[in-house]
Amino acid sequence: MRLKIIIVLTILTGITGSPSITIRPEVELVDNKQRISEQNLVTETDEVVEDVMATGELNPNHYPAQRAAKVVQHYINTLYGSPFKVFHLHRVHSGNAEDVADSGRKYQLEISVQEMISNTSGKCSAEVFFSRGDKQHSPQVQVMCEELLKINTTKEEDAFYQHLKKNTSLLSAEYLPDSHGHIEPDMKPLWHLASVASSFIMLNESTQDTLFNMAQVANVTQLATESDQLKFEYLILLHEMVSQEIIRWKLLVSWCPPEGVKVLQMEKLPHCHECEKPPNTN
Amino acid sequence: MSLIKAMEDMFLENPQCDVSTPVDVRVPVHTLQPVKRYLDSRNLQYSIMIEDLQVMLDEEQEEMDSVARDAEPRSTDAFDYGRYHTLNEIYSFQDMLVAENPNLVSKMVIGQSYQGRPLNVLKFSTGGTKRPAIWIDTGIHSREWVTQASGTWFAKKIVSDYGRDPALTAILNRMDIFLEIVTNPDGYYYTHNSNRMWRKTRKPNPGSNCVGVDPNRNWDAGFGGAGASGNPCSETYRGPRAHSESEVKSIVDFVKSHGNMKAFISIHSYSQMLLYPYGYTRTPVKDQTELHNLAKKAITDLASLYGTRYRYGSIINTIYQASGGTIDWTYNQGIKYSYTFELRDTGRYGFILPANQIIPTAKETWLALMALMTHTNNNPY
Repeated sequence: MRLKIIIVLTILTGITGSPSITIRPEVELVDNKQRISEQNLVTETDEVVEDVMATGELNPNHYPAQRAAKVVQHYINTLYGSPFKVFHLHRVHSGNAEDVADSGRKYQLEISVQEMISNTSGKCSAEVFFSRGDKQHSPQVQVMCEELLKINTTKEEDAFYQHLKKNTSLLSAEYLPDSHGHIEPDMKPLWHLASVASSFIMLNESTQDTLFNMAQVANVTQLATESDQLKFEYLILLHEMVSQEIIRWKLLVSWCPPEGVKVLQMEKLPHCHECEKPPNTN
Repeated sequence: MSLIKAMEDMFLENPQCDVSTPVDVRVPVHTLQPVKRYLDSRNLQYSIMIEDLQVMLDEEQEEMDSVARDAEPRSTDAFDYGRYHTLNEIYSFQDMLVAENPNLVSKMVIGQSYQGRPLNVLKFSTGGTKRPAIWIDTGIHSREWVTQASGTWFAKKIVSDYGRDPALTAILNRMDIFLEIVTNPDGYYYTHNSNRMWRKTRKPNPGSNCVGVDPNRNWDAGFGGAGASGNPCSETYRGPRAHSESEVKSIVDFVKSHGNMKAFISIHSYSQMLLYPYGYTRTPVKDQTELHNLAKKAITDLASLYGTRYRYGSIINTIYQASGGTIDWTYNQGIKYSYTFELRDTGRYGFILPANQIIPTAKETWLALMALMTHTNNNPY
């Protein structure tokens, strides 16, 4: 009798607070009954305790599907983004994950993506493959979107391009946005261009354990060129959500309407422990 | 002085090509007489628009200076809630709010930051002794500026709605509300004057040239486990021991000595989420179902205003594993309704949310807070 009690106690101690054990609470059934059907303002999924390595259907509200979906946003921006076209993940509708032999993990996602300047959104189906093992590659993405990607911004792009080509002085700016979230309207295309250029880096650097956003453009300087391209040197701050780190990258970016955005050079700058900046004057 | 030299110094404000259109000329004082003589000799008509431009400029500057001096609002009605404010402006706001509402609001100083700044908590109370209470904090991570700004708006909202809004009045007739607007004042000051992206406290770490501890990894819940860093240079550095940071210890001591806290809501940005414990373990909380359903109600109310979508769930499932977090500790203390918000947006602007989104964010968040507070008030335990 005594022996049995000891065994029970040991099991309980082992479970409490252990991060590696998945427990499905019995309360789940009760939750189902209590569920009130709402309009699709809110996704009605139960709080199923989910292991990050879960396979099969994913809860679209939980971070594994969300991180993979963010990678799709970065990918779409590298292909289609411009100073007048920037895409942002709007929503994850559904997701699925499976291990691929020993080589990695593949996600299938149904998402909505929004183009921020025209404020249009559309659905996309995507596949994201994260490789595992010694050779860490950037994630591989395939995506199919509805009409969203055919938004026409030729007029604005050409006008901006011509304006800069004709300008005898070279543009430069710092802190886009400023501390208060403000960006001068003239500078917005440079901010959009930075978002697109950052997407190349964020795509490369993404793993299942990261979530990147561009935090701020520290500074941008237009460089003189002989070619048709416009060239800019950027110092960009990225925010990585899981580590909460601010990561600084120096980018050399070129753009012209026919060729789109290209990152010619990229350099990760060392962690700045006491990054002093002058007070933001408003 | 020769006329040619005089003409070099004149400045045509609006050059004209047509001889019948008047031209405005600005004339330096040393050329005034030669110019007048020339115009008179040629019978050219002129009139003096401004006798002395410098006098006008000086007067204008004086006026601008006086407007700047008066920029400090004289009441909380004149306070601009749609702008980000400095630490001193928020401290002044707190004092004004208390002065204007002495029967409802009082200011408590629960401790001092590392650098000696007061940790101010506004207490909203209609009487009683140690009534069951709701705690709200904003700005524990200093770079999350929309939270301190929203906290300021919430403070004003409470005094405006008491006696007018039945739901809030019902809550305050039975419970107290404690609101700490700038939970990390050293960090907040640093984001204004040195580094907009600063997150942690400003306490130096011995043996390292990296400063600061993550105040949301410093609580005694799963402290030392996965989900925080042991490296002082990390943004999620847990600190040398649990509650090592005075900003955290002050709240711990306050909550423990109060002993009757029924809800604890800690507000962050960004990601648009409403989260409940745990962050340090995948073990669900005992009150999982109730907290999950209440979160759903709260974010549905939030979305009703502008359609802003929030995700919700436990910290560890929805965002990431995090140990030493605030609401894990408060929940384990027995404060059942322990929630964390992550306010707007989802990464487009991130920490640097445009000021014109402050009030919409505060308004929609308030609806969620009301859902949480109403439920807390209606479900005593």
